[in-house]
Amino acid sequence: MRKTAIPVALAAAVALLAACSGGGDPGSEETSAEETTEAAQSGEGVELTIWVDENREPAVAAAAQTFEEQTGATVTLVQKNFEDIRADFLAQVPTGEGPDITVGAHDWLGSFIVNGVVDSVDLADKTSEFQEVALEAFTYDGQLYGLPYAVESVALIRNTALAPEPAPATFDEMVAAGEATGAQYPFLIKTGPEGDPYTYYGFQTSFGAPVFEQSDDGSYTSTIGMGGDAGHAYAEWLAANGPNGTGVFSTDITLDIAEAEFMAGNAPYTVDGPWNITKFEDAGLTLAIDPIPSAGPETAAPFVGVQGFYLSAQSENALLANDFLTNYMATPEAMMAMYEADPRLPAMTSVADEVASDPIMEGFLAASENGVPMPSIPEMGDVWAFWGVTQANIISGAAQPVEAWDTMVADIEGAIG
Amino acid sequence: MSRQDTIDLTGPIDVEPPLGERGTGESHARRWTGGWGFVAKLTLMALVNAAGVALGWSAYVEGSWGILLGAVAILVVTNWVYFSRRALPLKYLLPGLLFLLVFQLFTIVYTGVVAFTNYGTGHNSTQEQAVDAALIQSERRVEGSETYPLTVVERLGTVGFAIVDGDEVRVGTAESPLAAAPDASVDDAGRASDVPGWDVVAYQRLLEDQALQEEVLELRVPVSDDAEDGSIRTREGTTGAIYLSTLEWDPDAQTMTDTATGVVYRANDDGQFSSDDGETLPVGWRVGVGFENFTRAITDTDYSGPLLRITAWTFSFAILTVATSFLVGLVLALVFNDARVRGRNVLRTLFILPYAFPAFLSALLWQGMLNPNADYGLINDWFFFGAYIPWLTDPWLAKLSIILVNLWLSFPYWFLICTGALQSLPDDVLEAAKIDGAGTWRTWRTIIMPLLLISTTPLLIASFAFNFNNFAIIYLLTGGGPRFPDTSAPLGHTDILISMIYQISGVAGGRADYGLASALSIIVFVIIGTISGLAFRRTRRLEEVL
Repeated sequence: MRKTAIPVALAAAVALLAACSGGGDPGSEETSAEETTEAAQSGEGVELTIWVDENREPAVAAAAQTFEEQTGATVTLVQKNFEDIRADFLAQVPTGEGPDITVGAHDWLGSFIVNGVVDSVDLADKTSEFQEVALEAFTYDGQLYGLPYAVESVALIRNTALAPEPAPATFDEMVAAGEATGAQYPFLIKTGPEGDPYTYYGFQTSFGAPVFEQSDDGSYTSTIGMGGDAGHAYAEWLAANGPNGTGVFSTDITLDIAEAEFMAGNAPYTVDGPWNITKFEDAGLTLAIDPIPSAGPETAAPFVGVQGFYLSAQSENALLANDFLTNYMATPEAMMAMYEADPRLPAMTSVADEVASDPIMEGFLAASENGVPMPSIPEMGDVWAFWGVTQANIISGAAQPVEAWDTMVADIEGAIG
Repeated sequence: MSRQDTIDLTGPIDVEPPLGERGTGESHARRWTGGWGFVAKLTLMALVNAAGVALGWSAYVEGSWGILLGAVAILVVTNWVYFSRRALPLKYLLPGLLFLLVFQLFTIVYTGVVAFTNYGTGHNSTQEQAVDAALIQSERRVEGSETYPLTVVERLGTVGFAIVDGDEVRVGTAESPLAAAPDASVDDAGRASDVPGWDVVAYQRLLEDQALQEEVLELRVPVSDDAEDGSIRTREGTTGAIYLSTLEWDPDAQTMTDTATGVVYRANDDGQFSSDDGETLPVGWRVGVGFENFTRAITDTDYSGPLLRITAWTFSFAILTVATSFLVGLVLALVFNDARVRGRNVLRTLFILPYAFPAFLSALLWQGMLNPNADYGLINDWFFFGAYIPWLTDPWLAKLSIILVNLWLSFPYWFLICTGALQSLPDDVLEAAKIDGAGTWRTWRTIIMPLLLISTTPLLIASFAFNFNNFAIIYLLTGGGPRFPDTSAPLGHTDILISMIYQISGVAGGRADYGLASALSIIVFVIIGTISGLAFRRTRRLEEVL
C-alpha cells in the first residue's frame, strides 16, 4: 500500500540522523580516528592528524608533503575555524578523538595546562633560532609547550599624509604633534563601553603596572602586578585623558568608529595591529609604523601574541608528531611558507630578518621587540572581564580612578582564589 | 504470491479485524501485494539497516560501547515496528520518538549528569589522563644538557638507547644505566649504526610500529646508578637528552611524590592532587560533586545576589517584551485590517521589514545608533537635539533600550499573526453580534478578543519562553552591561539568566565551569517548564469557556 511508504521514508531518514548522532559524539571525527588505528595495526605507516585553519592550511600541507615523502607516514589536515579550535581541543583530547598536533595561539596554553591536554616540546639546539619573546610565550613553569611560528603586536600606526615625521617618543608630545596637524582627533584609540585593555596595555606598562608579575625566566606568576602606586598613576592618567580631562580617550569610540574615523583621514595616529593594515591601505592611506609612545616613566611594552603549534598530550603518535614539528616545521623553508600563506611576523629570527625589508613589517617587528608576551597562565582568563570595564568606567568618569582600580584588583584576586 | 495463497488457505488467524481491503488478514506491513509501496519500504529499511550496521561496526572498532548499544537498540526497535503487524500507531510515532530521544532526552540527561560533576577548567578528563599530564609537566630537561644523537636498539624484546657521547657510544635500558659499548660503529650522520650484542631498530620500522613508538617514548634510560643524574629520553627517536622528573606516581597509594622536596600529593575527593599543607597540582580530573553546584548557585554570595536580581529582570524582560510587542502588533493589525485604510498592502509590507532583517545585524546596528555621543549615535543626533544620553550604559536606560529594540524587532511577528487571526474570524458570528445590537467595543471585547486569544495564546507562551532565553539580543546590544557595581561576579544590570549562564560557563574566556552552568541551566529549564505548563492549562480552560 502506498501510504506505508511515507512514514517508512521518514523513519529511514530519522534513523540515519539518529545513527549519525547516536551517543552524542561527532560521527565524522570517529571515522578518521578509526582509520588511524586500523592503519597502525596493519603496519602500513601511521597517520598524523593536524588541525589547521583555512589560511595556514597550504603552508602546513607543503611541509606535510615533504614529511610524507621522507617517512612514509600519512598526514591528514583537518580544516577548522580558528575560533573553534581551543574549545574543541579541550573537549576532544580527553576523549581520544583530538588531533596529534594543532595550530593555536599562545594564550590558550593556560587552559591547556590545567586541563592536561598538551605535551611539552623539545626544540633542543634549535631554541636559539627563535625570538626570545616567542619562546617565552609558549613556556609554562620553565617548560616549552609548543612550536612558535609567528608573533604579532599592536603598534602606533601613522597616517603619513597628516604626519610625515616619525612620532615622538612620549604620549604628551605625540598628542601635541597630533593637535598640530589640525586633524579632528589628535590620536584615536578604540575603547568602547567595555574598554579595550589589550590595545591600551602599552600605555599601562609604561607606568610600570604589568597585569601579572614576571619571574626571571620571563614566565608569569599569578601575582597581580598592576596594583599599588603604579596602577593608581595609570588610572589617574586614564581619567585625566577622558572626556572630563583632555578628551583624548572616550568610551564612545568603539572599534568600528575608531577604524572608520582613521580611514577617513581624521586622525594622524592610532594604535592597531598588523591585521588591519590591508584594510587601512585599501582605504587609500599611506602608513608608517612607530613604537607605542611612552605615557609614564618606562618603555611602553604592548602585548605580543604568538601563534604556534601544540602537541596533544594524548597523541598515539607522539614520536612522529615531535619529529614533524622539530625537523619539518621548525625549518626556515617551512617558516617562510607559513609567512607567505598568512603574513604575520615570523618567530624564527632568520626568517623575520628576511621579511623585514618591508617597512611596515619592519615597523611592527621593532614595536614587538619592546613587547611582552600576553600572559598565558590560566588566571589570565579571570582578568579580562574586570579589567576592561574598570578602564572604561574610569575613562568615562563613571568611577573614581583610584577606588575603581583597587576594587578591580581585589575582584581579580578574589576570582583567581 | 504463493505465500499469500497459503495464508488464504489457513484462513483469518489475525487478531486484526478484517476491515475493507485489509480483509485478507495479512498485515499490510508484510504483504507482498502492496506493490511499489512495499518495495519502497523494503529499500528504505535496507538502507536504514545498512547505515545502522555500518555505524555499529565502526563503534565496535572504536570501542564506543554506548554508541554500539544505541545503534543496535534503535535498529532492533525500528525493524520490529515496521515489520510487525501489531505496532500500527508506533509506525507513525517512531520517527518523532527517536528525534525526541536523540536530540532532546539525551541532551537533558547529559546536562543533568554534568550538573552533578565538577566538569570544567582543571577538571576536564579522567584521573589517568591527569596523572599523565602531571608527569609530563614535572619532567624537565636538565639545564645545560647536551642533545645526543640517539639510536633505538633492541635485545630479546628489551628496548634500549644507544647514544653517541663525544667519541664514545654508550648503551643502556630502563634497568641498566648507560654503559660504554667500545666496539660500536658510528655512521656518517653521527649516530650509532652497529652495536655489538644489540639489534639496531631502523627509523622506518619505528615509524610503522605504533606499539614500539609508545615504548620508546616511555623509555627512560638512567645516566648512572644515581637517579639524581636524570635519565635519557627521546622525543622523536633520533636525538636524546637528559631529563629529570620531580614527580613519582604511586597508583596503589594514589599519591604523587615530589622527589625533590619530598612533598606527597594525595588524590582527594575534589578531583585534585593536594599536599597536606593545601598545595595542589594544576591538573585535576572530573569527579561527582553531588548537589554542590546547585547549592553554590544559591548560597555563594557572588552568584546569589545577582541571581535574584537577574531572575527578576529576566521575568520583566520576557513579560514586557511579549506584552509590548503583542499590543503594538495587535493595534496595528486592527487598524490596518480596516477596509477604509488606503494602500493597506504596501503599508503592511513595510511593517514586516524589521522582521525580515536578520536580528543579529539589527542588534549591532542599534548598538551603533544608540551611541551616546551624537557625533556617532543617530538616535541622540536626530531625536534628542544632540543631547548626551547614555542609552546603553545607564542601568535603567539600558533596560529600556533592550525592550525598545526588541519591540522593534518583534512587533512585526505579532502584526502578522494578529492580521491572520483577524482575517480568519468567522463572519457569521460577527454579523450575528451586530444583529443582536452589540456595539464595536462590545463585539471586540466579547467576541473578537477571546477568539483571537485562543489562537494566539500558545504563541504568546512560546514567545515568552523564547524571550526568557533570548541570549542574542542581550549579548549583542549591551553584553549584559552596565556591570553591577556591588558584586565581584562579572555580571550586569541587563544580564538575563541565559547570558549569566554563558558568562559563568566561561566558554569564551577559556576558564569554564560546565558543572555550575549545567546546574543553572536545569534550574532555568524547570522555571520555564513550570510556567509554560501552567499557562497551557489556563489556555485550555479558556477554550472550554467558549
